[in-house]
Amino acid sequence: MLRFFFSRVLVLVPTFIGVSIVAFAFIRLLPGDPITLIAGERGVSAERYAELQAEFGYDRSIVVQYLDYLFGLVTGDFGTSITTKRPVLQEFFTLFPATLELAFCAMVIAIVLGIPAGVFAAVKRGSWFDQTVMGAALVGYSMPIFWWGLLLIIFFSGVLQWTPVSGRISLLYFFPQVTGFMLIDSLLSGQDGAFTSALSHLILPSVVLATIPLAVIARQTRSAMLEVLGEDYVRTSRAKGLAPRRVIGIHALRNALIPVVTTIGLQVGVLMAGAILTETIFSWPGIGKWMVDSVFRRDYPVVQGGLLLIAMIIMFVNLVVDLLYGVINPRVRTR
Amino acid sequence: MSHISAQESEEGVGADIPDRGPKKSVRRQMLEEFWFYFSENKGAVLGLIVFALIVLTAIAAPLIAPYSPILQNRDALLVPPVWQDGGNWAYLLGTDAVGRDVLSRLLFGARYSLFIGIVVVVIAVTVGISIGLVAGYFGGWLDTVIMRVMDVILAFPSLLLALVLVAILGPGLTNAMIAIALVLQPHFVRLTRASVMAEKRREYVTAAQVVGASPLRLMVVTILPNCLGPLIVQATLSFSNAILDAAALGFLGMGAQPPTPEWGTMLAEAREFILGAWWVVTFPGLAILVTVLAINLIGDGLRDALDPKMKRS
Repeated sequence: MLRFFFSRVLVLVPTFIGVSIVAFAFIRLLPGDPITLIAGERGVSAERYAELQAEFGYDRSIVVQYLDYLFGLVTGDFGTSITTKRPVLQEFFTLFPATLELAFCAMVIAIVLGIPAGVFAAVKRGSWFDQTVMGAALVGYSMPIFWWGLLLIIFFSGVLQWTPVSGRISLLYFFPQVTGFMLIDSLLSGQDGAFTSALSHLILPSVVLATIPLAVIARQTRSAMLEVLGEDYVRTSRAKGLAPRRVIGIHALRNALIPVVTTIGLQVGVLMAGAILTETIFSWPGIGKWMVDSVFRRDYPVVQGGLLLIAMIIMFVNLVVDLLYGVINPRVRTR
Repeated sequence: MSHISAQESEEGVGADIPDRGPKKSVRRQMLEEFWFYFSENKGAVLGLIVFALIVLTAIAAPLIAPYSPILQNRDALLVPPVWQDGGNWAYLLGTDAVGRDVLSRLLFGARYSLFIGIVVVVIAVTVGISIGLVAGYFGGWLDTVIMRVMDVILAFPSLLLALVLVAILGPGLTNAMIAIALVLQPHFVRLTRASVMAEKRREYVTAAQVVGASPLRLMVVTILPNCLGPLIVQATLSFSNAILDAAALGFLGMGAQPPTPEWGTMLAEAREFILGAWWVVTFPGLAILVTVLAINLIGDGLRDALDPKMKRS
């Protein structure tokens, strides 16, 4: 197991180096050179230019610059935002809980609805339930979620007036950030209605963000379940006279879930891409909106740092899923 | 029995039988078999019909669209669709904030979406398959390097990487298409490489090698045709992904620029009217959804028809 663990971690090293090279190259690939970018539209004199170049180390060889950048990353230096003058890492950690809260709720919705839907669809293969669920899943999978979000706003916020249009909580409530998760913080604050307000702000963005993972999980669960239901051991346990619920719920489901776990892990990248759109629509102050705003503000150090941090999160989650896969499926470990 | 022996003798004599006749019928048989499995899937057939209609719409847009997609009528701003109060037969699906006919813009928008899909898929498939063939055929350090580079691309969320690439290249439809193609091609590299590695060891490849086929011929003529099944399915999925991603970039203001009647860009322009004029928001998104759904239905059908594992079930 330990060997399996280290082999998986070791594979990530070249990927991390590659990802850091992409982030490093990003600023240098932008049209115009970084000094002119920093100097802004007024421009700088030739002497000041050389001075700035030395100050930021752009006069050194590209390899030295990269190693310097890499060393900075190891010590937690992900650059400084041009607009706020704050370290990128600090901004990231301020905004990340908002995205995490949203992504977590979306994932809960996707898993809680997706797995049972997939299982029942497989068990009742060909029934109207199966056809409805799979039809809905395909629609969900094809959904332009930025439009889906707008539709939900039109209906639930506009017509029914049930939910707010944007933000994380009503401006009426103010309390200190403890965990960064609005649902928990609002409960801790003890203010009347704060939790309900936070929840009503969270529900639409979560549903929007959950749409594609939900569709993918339902489809994947169904096909994994169908495969397992055809296996000999399922037939054997049926022949032994086990209750159908036991055969499906315990024997079949346990094996069917193995590929589903991988699918769930792969959804993290989908969630991050979805967060960019969802957060933009709902003005959700998370890292997706932060990245889009930074691209528009031309706050390139933030884009560079954010790009790298997001890739690192995805790599980390993929590693965890990989390891988890090794735990639940021992055959992988010996490979 | 007689059928089998006839076939055997055919293969045995080989040299003096012109191979055109039987080859043609084999190909036809394959097509027939393909259509048999594809048409089993009713959804796929429906998707194909809808997709064909969208293609026709795109081609005939200048003929059937009532107005120019960029013509502004200052006397008819935000006119609702014809069935609503205040609707007007002159504008079936209403007009947008600057008085352009929504229907005409949607019809012309179909051209952009299909064009985006085709260009992106062609780039991603060509580049992806070439790299994948090289990686899978030659193996060794070249393969390792290529696959690590693909891992790096896949480590980023596709839309984020496309967004950042567009920030480097500059906003616009062409750059958006390049960025999306770059983000989508690792899937083709991986698929091609995996099938090439599996096929490479087969006897027919060794046979061709012994006869003296060059590596290029082995890769492209001998091996590639036998790897096409999953690649076709992936190309279909990439087609719909390209449309979605391009629309998302357009929505974020980084894709096609106004006044281009691209569906995502139309949605971006319509965003501020969501609570006042539902039609400017609803129809472009519906157009994206229907197009993507049709392509994905076709993709499901193709998978059923091309995946030998599915055929048995």
